[in-house]
Amino acid sequence: MARSVSTQRKLVTTVFAWAIGIAIFFPILWTILTSFKTEAAAIADPPVWFNFHWTLENYATVQERSNYFRHFMNSVIISGGSTLLGLIIAVPAAWAMAFVPARRTKDVLMWMLSTKMLPPVGVLVPIYLLFRDLGLLDTRIGLVIVLTLINLPIIVWMLYTYFKEIPGEILEAARMDGATLRSEIIHVLTPMAIPGMASTVLLNIILAWNEAFWTLNLTAAKAAPLTAFIASYSSPEGLFYAKLSAASTMAIAPILIMGWFSQKQLVRGLTFGAVK
Amino acid sequence: MNTTFRALMGACAFAALATAATSETITVATVNNGDMIRMQGLMEDFYAKHPDIQVEWVTLEENVLRQRVTQDVATKGGQFDVMTIGTYEVPIWGERGWLVSLDDLPAEYDVDDILPAIRGGLTVDGHLYAAPFYGESSMVMYRTDLMEAAGLEMPDAPTWDFIKQAAAAMTDKDNEVYGICLRGKAGWGENMAFLSAMANSYGAKWFDMDWKPQFDSEAWAATLNDYLDLMTNYGPPGASGNGFNENLALFQTGKCGMWIDATVAASFVTNPNDSQVADKVGFALAPDNGLGKRGNWLWAWNLGIPAGTKNEAAAKTFVEWATSKDYTALVASKEGWANVPPGTRTSLYENPEYQKVPFAQMTLESINAADPQNPTVDEVPYVGVQFVAIPEFQGIGTAVGQQFSAALAGQVTAEQALKNAQMLTEREMMKAGYIK
Amino acid sequence: MATKHARVAARFMISPAVLLLLGWMIVPLSMTLYFSFLRYNLLMPGMEEFTGLTNYRFFLTDPAFFAALTNTILLVGGVLLVTVVGGILLALLLDQPFFGQGIVRILVIAPFFVMPTVSALVWKNMFMNPVNGLFAHAAKALGLQPFDFLSAAPLTSIIGIVSWQWLPFATLILLTALQSLDQEQLEAAEMDGAPWIKRFWFIMLPHLARAITVVILIQTIFLLSVFAEILVTTNGGPGTASTNLTYLIYMQSLLQFDVGGGSAGGVVAIILANIVAIFLMRMIGKNLDA
Repeated sequence: MARSVSTQRKLVTTVFAWAIGIAIFFPILWTILTSFKTEAAAIADPPVWFNFHWTLENYATVQERSNYFRHFMNSVIISGGSTLLGLIIAVPAAWAMAFVPARRTKDVLMWMLSTKMLPPVGVLVPIYLLFRDLGLLDTRIGLVIVLTLINLPIIVWMLYTYFKEIPGEILEAARMDGATLRSEIIHVLTPMAIPGMASTVLLNIILAWNEAFWTLNLTAAKAAPLTAFIASYSSPEGLFYAKLSAASTMAIAPILIMGWFSQKQLVRGLTFGAVK
Repeated sequence: MNTTFRALMGACAFAALATAATSETITVATVNNGDMIRMQGLMEDFYAKHPDIQVEWVTLEENVLRQRVTQDVATKGGQFDVMTIGTYEVPIWGERGWLVSLDDLPAEYDVDDILPAIRGGLTVDGHLYAAPFYGESSMVMYRTDLMEAAGLEMPDAPTWDFIKQAAAAMTDKDNEVYGICLRGKAGWGENMAFLSAMANSYGAKWFDMDWKPQFDSEAWAATLNDYLDLMTNYGPPGASGNGFNENLALFQTGKCGMWIDATVAASFVTNPNDSQVADKVGFALAPDNGLGKRGNWLWAWNLGIPAGTKNEAAAKTFVEWATSKDYTALVASKEGWANVPPGTRTSLYENPEYQKVPFAQMTLESINAADPQNPTVDEVPYVGVQFVAIPEFQGIGTAVGQQFSAALAGQVTAEQALKNAQMLTEREMMKAGYIK
Repeated sequence: MATKHARVAARFMISPAVLLLLGWMIVPLSMTLYFSFLRYNLLMPGMEEFTGLTNYRFFLTDPAFFAALTNTILLVGGVLLVTVVGGILLALLLDQPFFGQGIVRILVIAPFFVMPTVSALVWKNMFMNPVNGLFAHAAKALGLQPFDFLSAAPLTSIIGIVSWQWLPFATLILLTALQSLDQEQLEAAEMDGAPWIKRFWFIMLPHLARAITVVILIQTIFLLSVFAEILVTTNGGPGTASTNLTYLIYMQSLLQFDVGGGSAGGVVAIILANIVAIFLMRMIGKNLDA
């Protein structure tokens, strides 16, 4: 508000920013548009933009071919479940690291992050054998566990940087008032940490929703989420752009809508403590 | 009210138990090809006949499917009751005892009706290990209108020289008409399927009797040079990324003069709903060089039952239904004869209705022209026309395919690609212990 | 501040996370390590035998290994460069006042929500396809020869696709950091007649340093294991032009089902990743403490 900007400059910026915004969004827009075309219109040259025969045929075909709702529910349960489980494990750990720092805290944190560098393809066979023996193949709980583990380092780290922003004096004050550790967490910390936790949750849901290696390899029919649904459309016979677009739109729409509605929260916490 | 609620709950639980007791659920892993998708739409017939069996589908893209089912069967993961597998897998898996043998199929299934070439590929030591869902060979599909405009006539059994001549005559790059479309995407089931079959007709082979790789032979050099020559001069842009589906899309939109690929493509390119050139397609046998072998392959997608499944009986019932004569008749009644799964049964080709289908005869002749037991001009130690039925082949074939794909993209010369192929195949064969 | 009691409690609270991750690391790692010394092909059960370092020898002397190593570095470096530079520019732009800020921001972050498989499929088929893709249509409309992205410039194309996915992430973090910049300091510099470039270099960039390190750290973790994009678009080819380490290991362990060779590759990749990790941690650690 302190910055006064001429209307002219604002207009130029507007045009520029919108052009770039639309350019970045364009592939998604094009996919959505194509999903309403016939297969022939989807590859027409010159491309048709809006003046084509709009049809829902592709959605009907996709719906008929695969059980979208089941894949969708699996995605919801797996990404939601792993996020919840991750939070339960990560909140105490991040709290302790932020407020009772030890000499090795930073090393532990960095070590946690480094476990994410384990290339999944290298350990698929061992994990597959383990899952087989534990009866976890093609179960949602199995995927919840795996996704919790692979995203845990990120959750811990995000929460840690966020908790660290909370001034220690407040805690001291609460402790003086005789607050126990539990009530300290529940009544003092949690409210202050809600924005950070919200964005952690959001980011984690996005990462889990889009995880395509483990979810595809450890499931068959019952627990397969939307990533597996997409794998059945990836290169079928014949013209497939329109059907592929419809399936893609259906796979990304839920997370896109969720992301858009919650982008403010997401942005707030995505700072990783980068803002002082 | 509370009691009513409880009674209801009890009834529900009982009902659930009752269905659980009588109904079995089998999981079927399959590839996302048109014929398999069609089957999923015709399941009502199966449920009407077998109300006690529920089928769960896992439909995957070919490469993902292959990796998933192989991993599952090799580790005995037990996630699938029926697997859709190719002619490459069946002999290897059958030999290892990973598949349930299908020797006890009922008489009305009529096993002897299965085409001998296809059945031979699915039999190990006299036991049938999978039932073919559809079979295919490869053949030339060409545009009759372009051929006419070029003043040429396609013989039923063309030579490679003729193909080259026709490709040159048909190419019109300004109008985006490319004389020939061939597979270029790397993969043992992609470009190597085509190239291995082509190499057979040039007298080349993968291995000699001592399992020594043969990419340093002149026959392979001739094969690869002719292929690159055809594709760089008369092929579409970006061919090194084109597999079956990409080429199908090109052909359907009228951008290819000729296309040598799977016979199943015939029903797609002649289907007026999808193809802009449906009424202008002709068929011919895959080309040869007069050496006695044609450049066509033999493949079938089959349904196999992994050993150790808990639902063996139900799985067998399903496999029987899906590969039966009745299923063929069912598809014909709903979708027309042109759309029935081809290439598995003699009776289909004797059916006068099916003989009216324009590509029926050529498909049958192509299948019969392939001999997986003696695929090449010279004697070889392996089985398989466009593949070598050893477990290491998937990896080797794909790595070699990458080299040839790179040659097509112009990143390496043909000579270098062959040298690399020879080297890496030798390495792998040494590692696997075939050669010392 | 921390009492002994608090320390004990803290340790107790950290331990579930640490133990779980330790298990997640050690169990597969030790199995992988064990397999890497075996001749073990899933397709040949019952033939497992100890082969010492053979698998490592074959993996490290594989001509594709060096290519994969270079490609991995180029891929990670390329995407980082594009997203960090692009992210800074975008953040600077979005930080300016203009009409419809909210909507533009939504448009810009959207790619981050798209599954890698979907984005690769869409880019490959609908944009980069040299015959039916939109870029080819555009080139033809301009009278140019369509460019065959995925076979003529496979790695660059993949860098482009991956950058498109990660640009929103970088932009968001950098934008948030930028918005917290002290406006008065900037205005004071402006009053003093400091040109824009100087203000950017001496005030904005140092302020962004921490955010940039965060972007680099998080993205590197994900970029080292880029896989779906390669599998869908180029299958690592043509040749080995777009094969990265992850993809090379995939080919060994899941295409050839050579668990022994794949495991050896996995161990090598883990070692290399940890070298990168140590390097990164040093850099980040310094920057984050500040």
